Amino acid sequence: MSEILAKYGFLIVPIIKILILVFVVLTLDAYLTWLERKVIAHIQARWGPHRVGPHGLLQPLADGIKFILKEDPMPAGVDKMAYFFAPFLTLMLALTSLAIIPFGPDITIFGYTTNFGIADVNISLLVLFAITALGVYGIALAGWGSNNKYSLLGGLRSSAQMISYELALTLSVVGVLLIAGDLSLKHIVEKQAGDLGLLSWNIIGIRKDGTDFTQIIGCICFFIAAIAETNRVPFDLPEAESELVAGFHTEYASMKFAMFFIGEYTSMIAVSSLFTILFFGGWLSPFPASWTMTHYLPSIILVPLGLWVILDGIRYETVFGRVILPGLGAVFTALGIALFLSSTVNELIQGPFWFFAKVGAVLFFYIWMRATLPRFRYDQLMDFGWKFLLPVSILNVVLTSAFIMWRMK
Amino acid sequence: MSGVLVIFFLLAALAVLGAVSLILQRHPIHSALSLILVMVALAGLYLLMGAEFIAAVQIIVYGGAVMVLFVFVIMLLNAGEEERTNFSKLATFGGIPLALALGGVIAAAIARSSGHLPPPAASGVMSSTKEISKLLFSEFVYPFELTSFLILVAILGAIVLAQREN
Repeated sequence: MSEILAKYGFLIVPIIKILILVFVVLTLDAYLTWLERKVIAHIQARWGPHRVGPHGLLQPLADGIKFILKEDPMPAGVDKMAYFFAPFLTLMLALTSLAIIPFGPDITIFGYTTNFGIADVNISLLVLFAITALGVYGIALAGWGSNNKYSLLGGLRSSAQMISYELALTLSVVGVLLIAGDLSLKHIVEKQAGDLGLLSWNIIGIRKDGTDFTQIIGCICFFIAAIAETNRVPFDLPEAESELVAGFHTEYASMKFAMFFIGEYTSMIAVSSLFTILFFGGWLSPFPASWTMTHYLPSIILVPLGLWVILDGIRYETVFGRVILPGLGAVFTALGIALFLSSTVNELIQGPFWFFAKVGAVLFFYIWMRATLPRFRYDQLMDFGWKFLLPVSILNVVLTSAFIMWRMK
Repeated sequence: MSGVLVIFFLLAALAVLGAVSLILQRHPIHSALSLILVMVALAGLYLLMGAEFIAAVQIIVYGGAVMVLFVFVIMLLNAGEEERTNFSKLATFGGIPLALALGGVIAAAIARSSGHLPPPAASGVMSSTKEISKLLFSEFVYPFELTSFLILVAILGAIVLAQREN
């Protein structure tokens, strides 16, 4: 086993990792739509989806079937190349950006050490920005190729918005780069490790090594710019339904629309991961390393969750409720107990556990904002980007570099 | 043939195809898209030579920022398909001989350079971001600052032109 891995591991391991990641991310996308509808509904005192399966848990499946079976008409006078290429480009770039992200520290399985992510590039942050830079074309081409004035306006707006906010997005990261002195996401996370747990993360930055300067300004700028880059509320002007019908994807239906949709949610996940890595310590635990008791947190969460799912499932009269939910609950409980008993597996799971917990919190914040904030007007959006966000992120660069110069003396 | 060589020829063919399609396409947007293909293929070639930073910057600056502006302007002006006219006399008598001469010069240069050129990564100059920034802010600081100044002048000129109508 280990001989084969040593010889062909460079080929086999990435393929397995890619398959797992694509499966996990597409499932996560589907359930992110469910979570979004459920959370917004509860914020607005409604129920949200609750007919298809218990708690509406099968709703993403029903949506998927609907997407595949729907008629896919092509409007007259479209530019065929742009019209067909745009959704593919959007989804492809969104999925590619996930290849660079490290989800945990390096792991060793069967004597084969590999990084917890697909590619470990030493300029990963720049690669990520390169992918984001190309992301504009998907939306711009969709808007232009559809031969529809609403689509064209949506596409133009989105290009202008993405160009404007990309500057602030890139500049807000420079502070973190100055502290880490490296473009590799893995090294940026490792730099944030300290004796003080979450106080050592870049957002607070107490590390006692001459770089303890808080990146809270950069953090806020990055989050605002990231929301604008992913075209989410309150910056979803490209698809403002009150004025542009559905913006750049007005003329898309069926799977082509679904590709834009999946692309949007995938880039949400990618941006949340990047946010976690840059400012919230990536896979690092928020507790100091000496608190070994906190390593049992995954078990403490998984076991009660599994028991609750079993209890909840047997109340239903459907097959899904009676069989699948208790089965799932049993798996959760067993996993929690296994983690509690086997300390090697438990250590392996710590990094990804904290990483996904943090990404989940950021995604929840995204959805929360969508349910709470009204949409910006277009001129306000441009004013805010150029006259406030950009100067503030430049100020952050100046402050951080001045601090580092002062401490280096 | 080694794997690197296969990737090289694939990327090179992609770049040449993009460049040819850039000229032959009749719609400005399709031409702009072909140019993006050329830029991305070139970035791939840089990556093959071990110049990772240059490759990423090539995509961010040329593939992203510059070409987005091209596409944006073409979309904003709603430029239609170009009309084909006959070759002008200048193109026939000036352009074709010049193009042939340029091709000859390049072919001669390639034929003369026997032996391998070392990849940039091996010479240790282009390899890391740190090295490039050190060079940029020490040896090439005056050209660098002059370029920034040139860009500033261009921006001011654009603003003056845009404000003239008011």
